[in-house]
Amino acid sequence: MTWLFLQAVVSGLLLGGVYGLVASGLSLIFGVLRIINFAHGAVMMLGMYASYWLFVLLGVDPYLSILVTGPLFFGIGVLIQRIVIEPNRDAAEHNQLLLTLGVALFFENLALVLWQGDFRTVRVWYSGASFLVADVLVEVPRLVAAGGAVLIALGLWGFLRTTDVGKAIRALSEEPEGARLVGVNVARIRGVAFGIGSACVAVAGALVTPFFYVAPDVGESFNIMAFVVVVLGGMGNFLGALMGGFIVGLAESLGAAFLPGSLKQLVVFGLFVVVLLLRPEGLFGTRRGR
Amino acid sequence: MAARLAPLLAAAALVALPPLMPKYALEVLISILFFGYLGACWNILGGYGGQFSFGHAAFFGLGAYTSTLLFLHWGVSPWIGMLAGGLLAAGFGLFAGYLSFRYGLRGPYFSLVTLAFAEMLRVVAVNWKAVGSSLGLVVPNRGSAPALFLFAEKLPYYYVILTMAVGALVITRAMERSRMGYALAAIRENEDAAEAAGVDALSTKLSAMALSSFLTALGGTFYAQYFSYIDPSLTFGPAISIGGLLPAIVGGAGTVTGPLLGSFVLTPISELTRAALRGRAGADIMLYGLVLILVISFLPNGLVGWIRARRAPAGGRR
Repeated sequence: MTWLFLQAVVSGLLLGGVYGLVASGLSLIFGVLRIINFAHGAVMMLGMYASYWLFVLLGVDPYLSILVTGPLFFGIGVLIQRIVIEPNRDAAEHNQLLLTLGVALFFENLALVLWQGDFRTVRVWYSGASFLVADVLVEVPRLVAAGGAVLIALGLWGFLRTTDVGKAIRALSEEPEGARLVGVNVARIRGVAFGIGSACVAVAGALVTPFFYVAPDVGESFNIMAFVVVVLGGMGNFLGALMGGFIVGLAESLGAAFLPGSLKQLVVFGLFVVVLLLRPEGLFGTRRGR
Repeated sequence: MAARLAPLLAAAALVALPPLMPKYALEVLISILFFGYLGACWNILGGYGGQFSFGHAAFFGLGAYTSTLLFLHWGVSPWIGMLAGGLLAAGFGLFAGYLSFRYGLRGPYFSLVTLAFAEMLRVVAVNWKAVGSSLGLVVPNRGSAPALFLFAEKLPYYYVILTMAVGALVITRAMERSRMGYALAAIRENEDAAEAAGVDALSTKLSAMALSSFLTALGGTFYAQYFSYIDPSLTFGPAISIGGLLPAIVGGAGTVTGPLLGSFVLTPISELTRAALRGRAGADIMLYGLVLILVISFLPNGLVGWIRARRAPAGGRR
């Protein structure tokens, strides 16, 4: 029992790191654009396919593929923002939500048309590697994914703190009117934020490919998980998203260990509903965003 | 004059022509009316009240499962089961709605919480053996039994869904002109102002929620009887929630005929691409995504809104 618990805690924390990076991207986009991005999971799915094809066709290691997919999906994110979202900047809030839903439907089914619904896997030499710590199994690719995700998220946090672009992003997310007044190029920063968010989630996708299947609908579950995480951490709260990732990862993996079937999802959704109802500003947030 | 005659002619054609149609065309028409119906149900809460539910599949699934389980276990006619499912769904709608509205969830937060409720019901249905788990339930159809909502031909199903769709439009029309309709529209435009003007926002939104979920559940029973098979992802999955929302948005949210018009445009597109690109699953939904983006970008008030704007006399708005 204790062993099962410990094993679930370790698996949950490793999964949580990845959720954290996925959700950081979503949270960044929400903070700046005030849009709940339904296309986030679809972008992750495309990122996973990009890493998959780089591995299958060119033999590029999924971790190395980040060097390609990161910048590539930054560009794709900027383009989505510029072509689809920016022209509708003044549309009603729910219409902007539906725009991202349209993008998600488009990408997911584009993948289905191009690559069918088959589950694909990337088998690298370290895919099955693992070691024991006091009888608790730690899978190496999951450890790398969680560690890499946390490092990247923290690096991004530093970027937002120290650089001019980062400061402009934070200014826009905290005080849009003020940012405009002091001369922040709003349209450009909104694009950059969407690009960074998309790059985050594509990189997270690359990090999980050594141990996770790739399929057109793989992003959906990550997307819903990221909503839960972002709401937990507080919409637009970057470090909150990282913390929220660990909480949701733990909840899911403890649910999986102690509940039959796929009821673990019930724990996560239950948590989601309770937090939405009682603390829509998030566990760590201040009064904002309701 | 022509504008007044057109709906009448369309209605006459919808009643008189189907018996002469080939089977495939009839199936497409059933599909059009089915999604038009779901759109009309969604429209009551989403279009008129501005509460964008992303989880109407919850009510749809409750309707489909209630009538089917009552039929399979106790031989209750799905006609009666349909009402039972509707009442259960309305009850669930009131519960979910009370929680969300009571705690002040608006806009995207409401969308997210409804999505979560539908997904929770889906997970429960997948894991519950007594309701067939992920294998789903088969509605045995051994030929015509009108008293049990079972027909050997497609045509009777067509007239059932036609009646339901027309009924939903009549109800929407009546609601639009009632006190509740005006209150809903006021809430949609500005909830705080509506409350200040004496509108009871909570009870108005709950009424719309109950009506919308009750009607959506009836659609679930129709689906179960027509396709003779239901499973958790077909009935509680996001595809149904989007299937209701999309025609309403494309046709014109908050208008009586919008959802049906939207479905008349969308559903044939999907059916045609599916027929043209056999074996390439997904192309139809991909187009849906594109249409959704285009409609919101260029016709933010849907087809009906666009038609109205074109008809509006010069010197009107803009």
